Amino acid sequence: MSAQLFRLPSGGRINRSRPLSFTFDGTRYVGFVGDTLASALLASGVRIVGRSFKLHRPRGLVGVWCEEPNAVVQLGEGAKLVSNIKATQIELFDGLHARSVNCWPSAHFDLFGVAQFLSRFMPAGFYYKTFLWPSWGWFEPLIRRAAGLGIAPTVPDPDRYEERYEHCDVLVVGAGAAGLSAALAATRSGSRVLLVDDRGVLGGSLQGEDALIEDRAAHDWVTDAEAELRAGPRTRVLTRTTAFGFYDHGLVALCERTAPALTDGSTLGAVRERLWQVRARQVVLTTGAIERPLVFANNDVPGVMLASAAMSYAVQYAVRPGERVVVVTSCDSAYEAAEALRVRGAALVAIVDTRVEPGSVAVAAKTAGTQVLTGHAPVRVLGSRAVQALEVRPLADDGRAWRSDPVTRLECDLVCVSGGWTPTVHLFSQAGGRLRYASDAVALVPDAGPSTVQCAGASAGRFSIHQCLRDGFAAGREAAQRVGAVADCGREPLAAGASTQVSPFWGSPRARGAKAWIDFQNDVTTADLELAVRENLCSVEHVKRYTTTGMAVDQGKTSNMNALGVLAKLNGVEIGRLGTTTFRPPYDPVTLGTLAGRRVREFYHPLRRTAIDAWHAAHGGVFEDFGGWRRPAWYTRSGDTREASTRNEKRAARDAVSLFDGSPLGKIEVRGPDAAIFLNRLYYNNIRTLGVGRVRYGVMLNEHGTIIDDGVCIRLAEDHFLVSTTSGGASRIFATFEDLIQCEWPDLRVLVTNVTSAWGNVAVAGPRARELMQRLGMDIDLSSGAFPHFTVRCGLVQGVPARIARVGFTGELSFEVNVPAGCTLALWETLLKLGSDLGVAPIGIDALQELRTEKGFLHVGTDTDGCTLPADVGMGDMLAKKGDDFIGRRSLTRADALREDRLQFVGVAAEDPQVVLPVGAHVVPHHKSRSGSHGYVTSSCASEAVGRSVALGLVRAGRQRLNETIHVYASGRDWPARIVSPAWYDPNGERLRA
Amino acid sequence: MLQFECPYCGRRDEPEFRWGGEVPLVRPGPPQLVSEGDWAAYLFFRDNPKGLVRERWLHALGCRQWFVVVRNTVTHEICSTSRISDPTPEVRA
Repeated sequence: MSAQLFRLPSGGRINRSRPLSFTFDGTRYVGFVGDTLASALLASGVRIVGRSFKLHRPRGLVGVWCEEPNAVVQLGEGAKLVSNIKATQIELFDGLHARSVNCWPSAHFDLFGVAQFLSRFMPAGFYYKTFLWPSWGWFEPLIRRAAGLGIAPTVPDPDRYEERYEHCDVLVVGAGAAGLSAALAATRSGSRVLLVDDRGVLGGSLQGEDALIEDRAAHDWVTDAEAELRAGPRTRVLTRTTAFGFYDHGLVALCERTAPALTDGSTLGAVRERLWQVRARQVVLTTGAIERPLVFANNDVPGVMLASAAMSYAVQYAVRPGERVVVVTSCDSAYEAAEALRVRGAALVAIVDTRVEPGSVAVAAKTAGTQVLTGHAPVRVLGSRAVQALEVRPLADDGRAWRSDPVTRLECDLVCVSGGWTPTVHLFSQAGGRLRYASDAVALVPDAGPSTVQCAGASAGRFSIHQCLRDGFAAGREAAQRVGAVADCGREPLAAGASTQVSPFWGSPRARGAKAWIDFQNDVTTADLELAVRENLCSVEHVKRYTTTGMAVDQGKTSNMNALGVLAKLNGVEIGRLGTTTFRPPYDPVTLGTLAGRRVREFYHPLRRTAIDAWHAAHGGVFEDFGGWRRPAWYTRSGDTREASTRNEKRAARDAVSLFDGSPLGKIEVRGPDAAIFLNRLYYNNIRTLGVGRVRYGVMLNEHGTIIDDGVCIRLAEDHFLVSTTSGGASRIFATFEDLIQCEWPDLRVLVTNVTSAWGNVAVAGPRARELMQRLGMDIDLSSGAFPHFTVRCGLVQGVPARIARVGFTGELSFEVNVPAGCTLALWETLLKLGSDLGVAPIGIDALQELRTEKGFLHVGTDTDGCTLPADVGMGDMLAKKGDDFIGRRSLTRADALREDRLQFVGVAAEDPQVVLPVGAHVVPHHKSRSGSHGYVTSSCASEAVGRSVALGLVRAGRQRLNETIHVYASGRDWPARIVSPAWYDPNGERLRA
Repeated sequence: MLQFECPYCGRRDEPEFRWGGEVPLVRPGPPQLVSEGDWAAYLFFRDNPKGLVRERWLHALGCRQWFVVVRNTVTHEICSTSRISDPTPEVRA
């Protein structure tokens, strides 16, 4: 266990009375409550926290929060594994285990570090070159394996995630100086406020500075502000909550992380993260700004850190990031960092300012005894695994070249850099806001945007605390007024003014033999940007994708602006003219589980169940998903295979009597004086001529003429029909009915209701079906003459209202009994009991499909595809007998519909009757034919009843080719076969009409 | 995520609705008098404007009624919603 050699003896927001033990890359360390993994590692002197993506260069901490590009780690293991999470955002807990990514065996000693010596073979876009020569295929497996950072978990996520919706008057995003100020103003004005911040404590960067607000320490002011806000009855404060996206119509999405238990990191209350979808009438974005590093040779060596981050580590976490510090800057704010480190005991070697006349801050520093080198720029860092020294040199007048003076070498172990500040404008841009380049702030700041959104403070380019407080307060008050909350909110909080001058500096002049880094995480250098420009990539969107700058997990938070600056310099244009790449959510990575919420496992795709579902489960039903319903594919009896069970079920259906739960079949009531006219316009078949009490099989088409559904149409009365659809098509067909009635034919007097789940359906089918039905006891005459095939009867079955139709899918004598859904189970069990001596048996979907295949009955979607027309399945003759228009009619006379070689529905008979042809197998004219596919097998099974295998298919001009010999080909095998009629079993339908 | 003002139910979120294409869309007929070009236009051709479009949406998870929306295809601003039975809304070019 290492001692915390770099922990300051006092100060910081950490709780020294509560030490925590953790490991990183297998080594054990100690930290305190209040630490992040990053601050605790720094306190223990860990300087190398990772390896760069491409070249495996050692990398150290650069930032302090979500802008961190290097310290990407893997947290935990097994089901609790979190990949690619930044060490700066992990709140330390006892027993934490983390590993660095993209290196082996550790960040400290990485065997893949040899990649550095191959750097000249891996400039930007090198893999694109392999598409040309020699071959991408050689390199692809290697590159794919080497790419990526952490490893993904291999077991399901055990945690719970929730979803909440919120409406408020004013949403304030970011609780730094400006955000707290805005929230105070909005709360005092009387509006309903939601304040969110992605850190565990409020105050933002105030927690990491030695600042004064209202004459007291900034963090004390934060504590008071928080107390006032939390006491507000209409104000909610959410910490650990990232606003990650701004979507249409003012929807802001938040990801709230619950606090980790400090004992083992498990989340309290078992909800790990919460997705909030917020509709706010006004949004105030006080998202702050992110500091930029400077671009110079070897600027990626561990020990080069953002000045504000170094200051935060010292002030908030009581960590000394280095002993001998050099601060390199082109703006005023870094001087505060220098001072903060100096008063905490660091040796401040020098402040190097790229500006020739920095002004008052430099004067003050010199007066305090610090060496200040103005008009100087960093040449290079010396040291490879840690900073050992920094070379600096004066710049020539235009800043593009060195003056002839010699290099000054500054011995140091920490280089604090500051190239200025980049306002965090992601949410504003996602909301549709435009940006403009402000030359005084050297930043892209918000310009015109939606009227419901305001930016304030550093995110608007105003960087001093004094400006943030004033700005935020004004924005909060304005937002409240816009929603009508006009109570007096008093005056804004005050702080002393500070200078925030910054000059643009887009990289030191070239240093021989060393690279200057732009994007640390994706290993993109200035040489890569130069290459992109040389290869004539002009737009920023192209340069970004070609070099991958800004495309890593950090999404360019510390690199995008520098890349723009360098590009502008290379192209000789102003930054403002370049534009930016599009800002897209999420601002920071969001756990996939949070987006899924509770819609996982059994709630991901809940299946519907019939009224007899429990009976199926209790009697060996093996369930599968059929059209969104949980239905038994077959019933298992001890020891029987799927094939054997299906064979037994089919035998019962053909020789005795079977029961089939057909409850999911669509049932739509259509009533009204114009019901017949309406249905006549929907069906291909003629409905006008359907008599009362009769049933007709029909198909429905879409406007392309394609068959989209089939089923029976039952006429119960002159103005009353019951439409039966396929189980999977019920909702769709019903929606089509409603659509046409509301929008196309609003003058028709017809009403439709979807009663699919109101009625249960039991199909009693088989040669002994009538016998069984007669035992039920009903007021309906079931004899063949009184109740012929394709008719319907209504009555009472054992006192329960029933509609019985003589229709069937199996090809046997069949009665479909519809009773109210709640009576279905009783009917089912009664039938089983009454028919036990007849050999009654339930059949599943597998058996049903094979029975109908034997009959050559169509299954829409299996034997038809997205182009199949009625004529293709043998129903072409009906068209001439129906004069009325119907949906799809016009498409049946298109040239394509009249082609001779259309795919037509036929039977396919393998020459070897034992061969069951594979579904999807292609029909080809003869063995080794090169003429392409002539169609395919759509349904196929072995058949005891027919005495050989049977198959159906769609074959080009099939009906003109009956008895032709063809071959059936699949996966390298082929079988000779003949085209035959699809009606294999009982082709004249005698059993059906019994 | 868009919000729509359903003429019957009021303001609701996008997942409750289903899009139904541009309006007005007049179904040509009777079929024997419809040319190939007119039928193809009905099946396949749409204006797809950049800017204001008149379209219909269904409140699928609510009242199950279709209604007409005027939406800006660039900004997603919803300019108006009206019932199917109301006169077709004006759309400035």
